[in-house]
Amino acid sequence: MAELDSNIATRSLPLSGVHGGSAAVRLEPAQPAERINLRVGAEDVSALSAALGLDLPVKPKTSSSANGRTALWIGPDEWLVFADGGGSIGSSLTQAAASSNVVHSATDISHRNTAILVSGPGAAATLNAGCALDLSLDAFPIGACSRTLFGKVEIVLLRTAENTFRVEVWRSFSDYAFGLLSEGARDAAL
Amino acid sequence: MSASSNSGAFRIKGAGRLTPARTARFTFDGKSYTALEGDTVAAALLAHGVHLLGRSFKYHRPRGILTAGPEEPNALLDVSRDAARRQPNVRATVQEVFDGAKISSQNRWPSLKYDIGAANDVLSPFFAVGFYYKTFMWPKEAWAKIYEPIIRRSAGLGVSPTEEDPDHYASRYVHCDVLIAGAGVAGLTAALSAAATGKKIILVDEQPEVGGALHYDASTTIDGQNGYDWAQATAAKLKAMPNVTVLTRTTVFGYYNHGFLGLVERITDHVAKPTKDAPRERLWQVRTKKVILATGSIERHMVFANNDRPGIMLASAARSFLNHHGVTVGHNVGVYTAHDSAYEAAFDLKRAGVSIAAIVDSRDKPGEAVLAEARKLGIDVLTGHAVVDTSGRLRINSMTVARNGNFDRRKIKVDALIVSAGWTPSVHLFSQSRGKLKFDEANQRFVPDVYAQNSVSAGGCNGTDNLAELIDEAITAGGGRIALSGENRFEWTGGMIGAAEGAGPDHAVKAFVDFQHDVTAKDIRLAVREGMHSIEHIKRFTTNGMASDQGKLSNMHGLAIASEMLGRPIPQVGLTTFRAPYTPVTYGTLINHSRGELFDPARKTPMHALEEAEGAEFEDVGNWKRAWYFPKRGEDMHTAVSRECKTVRDVAGIFDASTLGKIEVVGPDAAQFLNLLYTNAWDTLKPGKCRYGIMTREDGFIYDDGVVGRLAEDRFHVTTTTGGAPRVLNHMEDYLQTEFPHLKVWLTSTTEQWAVIAVQGPKAREIIEPFVEGQDLSNEAFPHMSVAECTVMGVPARLFRVSFTGEVGFEINVPADYGAAVWKAIWERAQSMGACLYGTETMHILRAEKGYLIVGQDTDGTVTPDDAGYGWAVSKKKTDFVGIRGLKRPDLVREGRKQLVGLMTKDPKEVLEEGGQIVADPNQPKPMTMLGHVTSSYWSENLGRSIAIALVAGGRSRMGETLYVPMADKTIAVEVTDMVFFDKEGGRING
Repeated sequence: MAELDSNIATRSLPLSGVHGGSAAVRLEPAQPAERINLRVGAEDVSALSAALGLDLPVKPKTSSSANGRTALWIGPDEWLVFADGGGSIGSSLTQAAASSNVVHSATDISHRNTAILVSGPGAAATLNAGCALDLSLDAFPIGACSRTLFGKVEIVLLRTAENTFRVEVWRSFSDYAFGLLSEGARDAAL
Repeated sequence: MSASSNSGAFRIKGAGRLTPARTARFTFDGKSYTALEGDTVAAALLAHGVHLLGRSFKYHRPRGILTAGPEEPNALLDVSRDAARRQPNVRATVQEVFDGAKISSQNRWPSLKYDIGAANDVLSPFFAVGFYYKTFMWPKEAWAKIYEPIIRRSAGLGVSPTEEDPDHYASRYVHCDVLIAGAGVAGLTAALSAAATGKKIILVDEQPEVGGALHYDASTTIDGQNGYDWAQATAAKLKAMPNVTVLTRTTVFGYYNHGFLGLVERITDHVAKPTKDAPRERLWQVRTKKVILATGSIERHMVFANNDRPGIMLASAARSFLNHHGVTVGHNVGVYTAHDSAYEAAFDLKRAGVSIAAIVDSRDKPGEAVLAEARKLGIDVLTGHAVVDTSGRLRINSMTVARNGNFDRRKIKVDALIVSAGWTPSVHLFSQSRGKLKFDEANQRFVPDVYAQNSVSAGGCNGTDNLAELIDEAITAGGGRIALSGENRFEWTGGMIGAAEGAGPDHAVKAFVDFQHDVTAKDIRLAVREGMHSIEHIKRFTTNGMASDQGKLSNMHGLAIASEMLGRPIPQVGLTTFRAPYTPVTYGTLINHSRGELFDPARKTPMHALEEAEGAEFEDVGNWKRAWYFPKRGEDMHTAVSRECKTVRDVAGIFDASTLGKIEVVGPDAAQFLNLLYTNAWDTLKPGKCRYGIMTREDGFIYDDGVVGRLAEDRFHVTTTTGGAPRVLNHMEDYLQTEFPHLKVWLTSTTEQWAVIAVQGPKAREIIEPFVEGQDLSNEAFPHMSVAECTVMGVPARLFRVSFTGEVGFEINVPADYGAAVWKAIWERAQSMGACLYGTETMHILRAEKGYLIVGQDTDGTVTPDDAGYGWAVSKKKTDFVGIRGLKRPDLVREGRKQLVGLMTKDPKEVLEEGGQIVADPNQPKPMTMLGHVTSSYWSENLGRSIAIALVAGGRSRMGETLYVPMADKTIAVEVTDMVFFDKEGGRING
């Protein structure tokens, strides 16, 4: 069985090889990332913040980033935390959370989600093809995030720059999300 | 020929705003015409003297163009670009001509001029209102076969296209502070005012250009500038402002709750060669803080005998065709009016060189200013007169005039007749927003009264007629500080609603109220006589206002006629409800991107492509595509499935179980929480072990099931059915947040985190062993119902020893991105050992051979764990769980409930139909007493016979009994057995 010992599984990414967009917007799959769904009570938020090295946001629709990690407020006791990179299997975030030594739930969802980056002057219009949120900078500034609907699927939307958004979506919905974004991108360029 | 004569003999040189050099060619009923760019189809045809455009709905009467706008009830045409891009029932007054358009009339056969259906006009006594409610009801069979097809063929308007729509449609959500519906004087002024506040404004108008009434009203000036020119300059100014969006060719079709409005923007329908990326239409869904309604008003026609001939149209329409398109509607035009506005149309025509036969005014005292001007222009005015009839087969050639109350009639030759009964405020959107109207008695009209949302009406739609007042109202509505002055030549007076002289209750004439549905004044009176006393009933009985124009011209007339008949004032008779959409909206726009691959998400597992390459057929389970079976070349489904079933039990099979719902339950109170959600006990489950769990609802019936593995004291890996995943998570969250908020436990959906490869069969262990590190797979170290975190192909994995086949089974969970690689490697090895791939069909059969339940197939929401034979899964020790009280209800513990049992047909080759009803005595009289039904039924290759599972009343006490399944062509005898058909001792699972 020696030949099998060297048989290490290789990774196949959802949306691998797809790209799209229009004159007004660029669509591309994000790099793989390590992700956890973090749940913790209000009394222990600061302990988890310290353990993760960023301030977990406590205001709805906000996010925070530090040390290559980003935390998105999803609910009163729920955050989506992702870390740049993620070539390895997602354990650095769960380990960091565990080091807090307070009661919490950190569940690895690195592979549950995938992300699509939407950038360019038509980015907001592209998303508004299927997303009912007000994406003006006043209502949805840089760093704003929301778990919301895009057409018929759930996404978590994060604005990373004036004209750049990150769309987190469950992997089996990513083809649909990319397809609808492509339609939105085509229309946003008109 | 000059360009202008090319584009029609009825073009008047120097009139209109279009550019004579810019032409477009189109055909109408096969004949070629030249139009000017910016013409509507109606204007272009009128320019060539074409007035006959269609046949009416019921009586097939010749019909022409009544209006110059979206309220048009008559001139509905079939417009096509090519074979697939064909649209029926297009309003000729809205559709702009584009080069190459092919346009045809509708509802006529064999031709527009000679239409056989016109016999209906002569036979009209047989087609009285409500005829379809009263006639043709007998004999019953004849309705579907004879009457309905005939009525449908003869009464249809337009023919649906048969090819798939090749265009695409876009969708956009947008938010703003102020949405302004209508860009006439009021809308533009309100937009200027609102824009000055810096707020985010969207100004919408349905016409190609802004201006509204300024399209026809050429005498009004704003700030000393020609009104139409001011409108265009204002639009340009607004467009240049960063906080303003101006949308033309865009209709606000719906005003819904909380400032939510639906808009449709028409993008390519007027373009000769649209670019590939341009959508045909775009749906805008707008959320706004405030709405300014500046929708203006719509002119009404006069209701008199034979008022529907081609060549009869609204005065404002004729004025619009003249002043905007440079087209006259005739050379010798009659006017019939009850309102001053028609005089201005006559003045404009007269000044353009058109002769005005006479102005017939039903009033004794028209406005003095217009009367004086008419005299000055030498136009004959007959006050206190009525047009009591018209003649002309395919186009009006005369009007018959009589003094009010006098029988003396005289014919006046005309080639067109323009009419006005006054103006109806467009309160459609206001009403859609749930605003309440009040009746303005003096002016006989409904105007906005009580607002239900943050909106305000300005101008014509608010009943504000005076220009200065209108401008002030619009400035106030916009909330800004601007100054604007307007001047118009005449203050208008007058107006009437209801039937005119000579079309009253004593006259049996066809005086049309609703042109599209062929409803006459007489029909409305008949409805009242037949007992319809509510306007809603009258509407439905006569279909007045129910055509695609939704009664924009007819509602007020119909109401007045009904009110007169009922002897009750109009506010007491009431007004029918205005519903969205304001004008028809295409399905393409409403569904926009939701077609083809974007109709619904198709969820695919990480191994989908590999399964496809192995020839899998897929079935839909919820939104998932699941591998159904894997036919080899030449195999049909039955052969493939039988081979798969046999191979799994003889060797092994590989199955993609990734779609099973997975929920990670984490926290110090996780076991306690599961104790409350499932009927089983979970605190006794040790880490590293699994248990099959059943979840009931409060009523005690089975809700879902699945295997739950305990990974640690505070961490469980819960699985659910594929279809149940989202609702089980919601159910759990619901209880956690509302009933058990004191518990420290959290739930996360991990369905898609893991790719799940099930390996089942006697050689399962041998197949996976080389790939697994960190876990001894022997029976002793890793018995049935174990779970371990280990490494598979170098990847952290969760390995379950579980079985849904009754064989030795493993389910390998690896992070989803690794699923394909692990599946490929395992399949390569398994294949070399004689194993197979299997799909959901084989999975169903193998579990049925073992009597394993499928929630939703063998249960239907009325089955308790005990009914299903799973009473052992209900803890006797627990004092609480969801469903514990429900399970104690008398009906749920009584004898004789339907229970799941096995059925074996007496003839082993006979496979029962799922859903088949079961009886004890097939010879009893009908209706028979039915004992239950077949829930699952298959051919079992492993047993060489059919097997079935059924819900049968008192089933478990009927073991060995013979029951019957009566079918349409035969009765099948079956024996009641237990549910385990294969390996009754259950030894194989521990092999």
